[in-house]
Amino acid sequence: MDYILSPWPWYVSGPLIALVMALLLYFGKTFGMSSNLRTMCSIMGADKFSDFFKFDWKSQMWNLTVVLGAIIGGFIATHYLSDNSVIDLNPQTVAELQQMGFENAGATLVPNEMFSLEAVSSVKGLLLLIIGGLLVGFGTRYAGGCTSGHAITGLSSLQLPSLIAVIGFFVGGLIMANLILPLIF
Amino acid sequence: MKFIKFLLVGIFFGIVLTKSEAVSWYRIYEMFRFQSFHMYGIIGTAIASGVLFLQLAKRGTIKSIKGADIFVPKKDKSIARYIIGGTIFGLGWALVGACPGPMYILLGAGYYTIAIVIIAAIIGTFIYGVVKNKLPH
Repeated sequence: MDYILSPWPWYVSGPLIALVMALLLYFGKTFGMSSNLRTMCSIMGADKFSDFFKFDWKSQMWNLTVVLGAIIGGFIATHYLSDNSVIDLNPQTVAELQQMGFENAGATLVPNEMFSLEAVSSVKGLLLLIIGGLLVGFGTRYAGGCTSGHAITGLSSLQLPSLIAVIGFFVGGLIMANLILPLIF
Repeated sequence: MKFIKFLLVGIFFGIVLTKSEAVSWYRIYEMFRFQSFHMYGIIGTAIASGVLFLQLAKRGTIKSIKGADIFVPKKDKSIARYIIGGTIFGLGWALVGACPGPMYILLGAGYYTIAIVIIAAIIGTFIYGVVKNKLPH
């Protein structure tokens, strides 16, 4: 049981994520989480504003079901399959984050400094989450996929477009983590 | 009931990403600062296992549940949309530390303010849909 309750090492986690992709392909679908954002737009009536949202969203119900499952999975993992151990981050990362004002890095999955009710009650805190979400929603659809669709599925099927997209992911991520975050915090 | 298998796959996905800490903002930060191998190990072994699976599928060793060939649809040829769109996504990914799978998982894990990110991401996708035809693809 200890093996289940403690954090899972990368060499276990990686192949299990590939198994998720394999199962969805086996069931005749594909692994792509960002598509759900488009489906939700269509359900809420975005087809009145752009043809991009005119499609049979009911055909995507299976993927929304995966989303529902993911929410339940997150609940089960944190409540029943966790020993509440602190994330084993590089001490240098922890020290660096502390200098930026992040206390107890790794004690929770996400920093309180950004995600606590107190943090999002400030204009700055709220704006950070909104801007981040907008970038993710806009960028994934523009790029035609996210980590699941491009980095995992696209690279596993050896597709050049996905490699270009993943390079883009890293260009953006490196700029944010190394140049912009230090300016924000 | 035909959706139950997708619900189970989703639950499994949520558990794996939580237990691997891939849903953690800190792990994403650490990855983009090149201070840990953890995320590279996860993504690397996922791709290696995925390549193996898809090669077996290509040879017909593995078929779908209905006995059909398993294949991944080809992405459209382009450079601009992937590099620009990818960079925009990357900026958001490193800021909020969550991509479109982990967002939902974090909601289930009890980090309710992530709902702000989810709503903003839906709006971001909506904006893309509206301005799509004016962007280079």
